[in-house]
Amino acid sequence: MRVIALLLATLLAGVSAADAEEVVAGLSQDAINITANFEGSEIMIFGAVSRTAPAPQGDLEVIITVEGPSMPVAVRRKDRRFGIWVNTDAVEVDSAPSFYAVATTAGFAATITDTEDLRHRVSIPRAIRAVGLGVADAENFTEALIRIRESEELYQLNEGSVTLRNETLFDTVIQLPANLVEGDYRTRIILTRGGEVLDVYEQDIAVRKVGLERFIYNLAHERPLVYGILSLTIAILAGWMASAVFRYIRA
Amino acid sequence: MQIYLPIAEVSVNAFLLLGLGGLVGILSGMFGVGGGFLMTPLLFFIGIPPAVAVATEANQIVASSFSGVLAHFKRKTVDLKMGGVLLVGGLIGAAIGVQIFAMLTAIGQVDLLVKLCYVVFLGIIGGLMFFESLNAIRKARSAGGVVPPKRRHRGWIHALPFKMRFRTSGLYVSVIPPVVVGLFVGVLSAIMGVGGGFIMVPAMIYLLGMPTKVVVGTSLFQIIFVTAFATLMHATTNYTVDMVLAVLLLVGGVVGAQIGARIGTKLKAEQLRILLAIMVLAVCGKLGFDLLVMPAELYSIGAGASH
Repeated sequence: MRVIALLLATLLAGVSAADAEEVVAGLSQDAINITANFEGSEIMIFGAVSRTAPAPQGDLEVIITVEGPSMPVAVRRKDRRFGIWVNTDAVEVDSAPSFYAVATTAGFAATITDTEDLRHRVSIPRAIRAVGLGVADAENFTEALIRIRESEELYQLNEGSVTLRNETLFDTVIQLPANLVEGDYRTRIILTRGGEVLDVYEQDIAVRKVGLERFIYNLAHERPLVYGILSLTIAILAGWMASAVFRYIRA
Repeated sequence: MQIYLPIAEVSVNAFLLLGLGGLVGILSGMFGVGGGFLMTPLLFFIGIPPAVAVATEANQIVASSFSGVLAHFKRKTVDLKMGGVLLVGGLIGAAIGVQIFAMLTAIGQVDLLVKLCYVVFLGIIGGLMFFESLNAIRKARSAGGVVPPKRRHRGWIHALPFKMRFRTSGLYVSVIPPVVVGLFVGVLSAIMGVGGGFIMVPAMIYLLGMPTKVVVGTSLFQIIFVTAFATLMHATTNYTVDMVLAVLLLVGGVVGAQIGARIGTKLKAEQLRILLAIMVLAVCGKLGFDLLVMPAELYSIGAGASH
């Protein structure tokens, strides 16, 4: 586990409209390498609110989201058929993030209005795109998707985990589990006041397999026949070596 | 020590995998079975996706069968001709099996199929083996000696056409039954991630009437090629062979098999068979129980069709 803190120095860019509030932020790392002994990682996200005028009325809140690559998923439900539990109904969700974490300064409902949530797709259910599901109780399927991914720590809602000091400096830590999918992880920092979005800052974190993991994965997908033959060669060599060693021990 | 499996895309404790490989290796060394029928369900239990577990296990069986067959070649207990005939059926069967597997993965029924196959086959084989060895033990106790197994009447098998002479086995039989046996085992090995020895060995003895001493060697010979073919098919159609997982299981399995072989020599054949039967029935019971009892989570997530 490594926590590299990289400080973003340029705080006050200064060139902004009067009484506007902007986010200036940094991440502890902009790339995560999945190596052979990858056990998950954590990223520290921090920054400051820059403003040119005194802060107006209303509660200033910060929402931080980290979103892994989205892909279509099939959610299936088991039902009892002929005495055994069998997958029966299935729902295709068009697009669901493989990882999604939301961290907020206060309770989620207090940080953003429903309209703004809808517009920016901030909350976990809104981050999932499921249109035209074609089953009567479709919401049970999306709820199940969220429940299962939450239990695997792939979906996280951490209310109050962002610390905001003097309405200016904020930081949080997001835990990434070990079973991460490769891709660009979109990190958003959303600044709200009275539930209305003031500013959104975005940055990508590249999550990549490296070294041997990279090599094996690429080979398996780009040259599957070569990969298959290599797997067999390793297996046959191992089998031959085992019997050779066994013979040597006996002799 | 956690290790990230590049194809399965999960992080698993490396010592757990070595331990599982070792445990199954001990059992396969003791009983002379491949151990795929135990390893594949164990991989499901620790969270390896079923598709990866089945394909990777096929790869691992190549290694353990190869290691086993070398000793049989030395003792000249491999019927290459019979192995070749079985293999013709086996390759066709494995090709069909991989296609069935890919199709069922797409409609989300692959878990059910794999588990049902396990329950049915482990139940039948375990049950037969259990009663057979129980009888053997009883007879050995009452008569004070082992009764030689009576030759089965194989009238209809001899009536079939396309007869071929198998010198090593001392047989003159039709090629249809071995091709069918091979085909059936090929399908199972692609779907269940097993070598299929637990079905092929009894079939060769009781159905084809092969002498017991050439059965294991010939079965191993056939299994190497069928599982190798299944591995290649899985690697090229489903991309589900995890090399890192296979190597870890291999290392554990190789060490375990040697320990198991030593333990095995200290036990009597009937005792070994009854122990194996109990184990087969236990795995079958656990899988069957899971199908019957209402699961804690009724929903599951699978890969969606890409648009």
